Amino acid sequence: MVETALVNWSRLQFALTAGYHWLFVPLTLGLAVIMATMETLYVTTGDEFWKRTAKFWMKLFAINFAVGIATGIILEFEFGTNWSNYSWFVGDIFGAPLAIEGIFAFFMEATFFAVMFFGWEKVGKRAHLAATWLTGIGAAISAVWILIANAWMQHPVGMEFNPDTVRHEMVDFWALVLNPVAISKFFHSVFSGWMTGAIFVIGISCWYLLKRRETRFALASIRVAAIVGIIGTFAVMFSGDSSGVHAAKYQPMKLAAAEGLEDGGPRAPFSIVPGVEIPAMLSILATHDVDGYVPGINNILEGYTTPDGVYHLSAEEKMERGKTAIESFSAYRTLKDSDPAAAAMARQRLDENIEYFGYGYINSKEELIPPVPLIYWAFRVMVGLGGFLLLLMAVVLWLERRKRLADMRLVQWVALLSIPLVYLAGQAGWIVAEVGRQPWVIDGLLPVNAAVSSVSVAAVQTTFWLFVAIFTLFLVIEMRIMIKAIKLGPNIETE
Amino acid sequence: MITYDFLQHYWWFLIALLGGLLVFLLFVQGGNALIFFAGKNEGERQLVVNSTGRKWELTFTTLVTFGGAFFASFPLFYSTSFGGAYWVWILILVTFVFQAVSYEFQGKAGNLLGKNTFRVFLTLNGCLAPLLIGTAVGTFFTGSDFTVNKSAVGDIASPVISRWGNAWHGLEAVANPFNVEFGLMVMLLSISLGALYLINNVDNAKLATQLRRNLGVCFGGFLVLFLVICYHLITMDGFAVDATGAIIIEQGKYFTNLLEMPAVLALLLLGAVLLVAGVVITLLRKDFKRGIWLAGPGTTLAVMALFMIVGYNNTAYYPSTADLSSSLTLANSSSSEFTLRTMAVVSLIIPFVVAYIAYFWRQMDRKSLTTEELNQSEKY
Repeated sequence: MVETALVNWSRLQFALTAGYHWLFVPLTLGLAVIMATMETLYVTTGDEFWKRTAKFWMKLFAINFAVGIATGIILEFEFGTNWSNYSWFVGDIFGAPLAIEGIFAFFMEATFFAVMFFGWEKVGKRAHLAATWLTGIGAAISAVWILIANAWMQHPVGMEFNPDTVRHEMVDFWALVLNPVAISKFFHSVFSGWMTGAIFVIGISCWYLLKRRETRFALASIRVAAIVGIIGTFAVMFSGDSSGVHAAKYQPMKLAAAEGLEDGGPRAPFSIVPGVEIPAMLSILATHDVDGYVPGINNILEGYTTPDGVYHLSAEEKMERGKTAIESFSAYRTLKDSDPAAAAMARQRLDENIEYFGYGYINSKEELIPPVPLIYWAFRVMVGLGGFLLLLMAVVLWLERRKRLADMRLVQWVALLSIPLVYLAGQAGWIVAEVGRQPWVIDGLLPVNAAVSSVSVAAVQTTFWLFVAIFTLFLVIEMRIMIKAIKLGPNIETE
Repeated sequence: MITYDFLQHYWWFLIALLGGLLVFLLFVQGGNALIFFAGKNEGERQLVVNSTGRKWELTFTTLVTFGGAFFASFPLFYSTSFGGAYWVWILILVTFVFQAVSYEFQGKAGNLLGKNTFRVFLTLNGCLAPLLIGTAVGTFFTGSDFTVNKSAVGDIASPVISRWGNAWHGLEAVANPFNVEFGLMVMLLSISLGALYLINNVDNAKLATQLRRNLGVCFGGFLVLFLVICYHLITMDGFAVDATGAIIIEQGKYFTNLLEMPAVLALLLLGAVLLVAGVVITLLRKDFKRGIWLAGPGTTLAVMALFMIVGYNNTAYYPSTADLSSSLTLANSSSSEFTLRTMAVVSLIIPFVVAYIAYFWRQMDRKSLTTEELNQSEKY
């Protein structure tokens, strides 16, 4: 029997690692663009001021980069250590993007990071600029591949189940790469990184303004960051919109949970907070049609018919067919050497029901509902903060253009205090995406309880607390070092 | 004709190549093991840290890519070994995690634990990572305590395919002297490579003298263990795949593999000669600094040969002592033909990646590192 405690601790450990990883990665993605833009300004204008500005942000980039790498390696290997059944069952598809990420992206980041950081005197001005951009592009390429892998877990495509090898096997590489979920996920995640970088730079620059230090540096940094951040936010909004449409299409339970929608239908309302609704808005967002049908949690569990006449099976029917699929799988394995005819029949039954294979591991239909309050509120935190941060960046940019920002202490304070908010928004986004997928590791194919490794609960608890201690220690040290470096300042005006 | 069998062997070649490059690049770890032993004062230690610090990400990335490539090409190994030998892999990861932050943190104000603590982390990773990786690779020859039952997926209550046979989850590997000897051999090799790299990369006469002394001791130890391991490999039983596909224990299997695959034997000998030549010339000629460029490629070739001995010629590369039929072979643990083929196309980019790494390595290392340079430019 797979213990529930083992599943929960394994999930918690993965969530911990992923959550910490996503504290460091978005800043890498966003700050890379901002400092590369600054260095581009240096190379095109020849103004040393931009070189020093870029170099200061690079220093903070480097401190942050190392911790991102440290948390990232644990994530990669945890697929094997804690989710070993998963690693075999879908490794034929999932392993490929991970390997490609290493070959294409990580070597690029590693090589050009060293050139960027240590190569100022060793390579030419333009080669250095290229290295800075390539470090950032490497980070973005790495996001492409890991998000292709993640999108496949949300919406599996391009594979077939093979009962002889007992795994899903890739049959269409391009379906995997061009998965629509992967494309919106890439834009949504990478551009949210731009927002993180922008708010980080704006907030710290505002601290200098509050201290009346480094005014030119601070205002120039704010200008670049706000533009990058605003572009990023619009891209996040558009890709967020298509993410919603995809959720409605491929993961209706996630959408219903994120909305707390118990009973859906056409003209489904959108809940702003409990008790405050906009009529038909959810239908518009999820289907781009006022009359669009959005199923609620109960509809999904009990089965429903969409306006196009398609009947969607109830939870019990899916579980029944899942059990049939698993039984047929076992029958096929037992009979394939002794009775080929019976094995062929079992194989056919398996193929007919394979779509619901994962439901065979579900014990009760309640297990199919992800934790609604967590996802509901995480979604509102993400969207609400996203809107607020866009407004903040617009105000800051406008004030800066009107040359009034340097005197607006309230705005400076708000910007400084907004740094934690952008991180909160990012974490909330991943909670919606990942907790919203529960109980599935791979939507519909493999639930968490069939994916874990066979290790003891005590072992996972030990590594969980070990990682809590290590990551928290690193976070505290990173913040202390950053604060010291910021207090020290770029010292542009004194030089 | 590119058959499934060919693709499996091609991917094992790439795994061997990545494994070989990884052990070469463990010079970063080996160099860090020497921070306190070779560096007698702050200036020298700073040179060591900054010298390996400009390469550590390549080693780290090679490790990650080695894992990723293994996952993509032989996923049953990924699930069986990582999920089973849980503690070994977690320990390896933890030492690397500490290493990843230590460069950046050690020299910075506000780092909470102090400069030396982070350098101790680097030294610990420098010794433990090669030791543990070597011990884990030792089990490729001696076997591990696991079972694989793919039909378990049909058992709704307990669908786990790969199971470990004991609660030590991999730590039991130290009970077998071969594994420990293998681990120590890799550790002493990486320290030797670290010394050779630093002799080449740092321009400091006093440090170089000390490094040559360290090199002599470590390489001496390595040679003893290398001969012990060679003796084992020639005499020990191996895990063979017979004509029916069953796994059997075959006397002297690994030695047979060497004799039956003369190209692999040649690779191993060439690797060993380059490695020994790199060290010996460095020790004999005080003005010779390029030993790493003989010993490093030599290491890569020799390690590749070891991977080929344990994987090619109908051999089970990850044998199970609990249940012979559960042992992993290239044929029963690989990805599908489609995935291997797709990834084979992807692998064509590797020479290009190696080329740009080599180009920028040369650009960055045209001059050896000196204290003056550290004082004038960015440093850890």
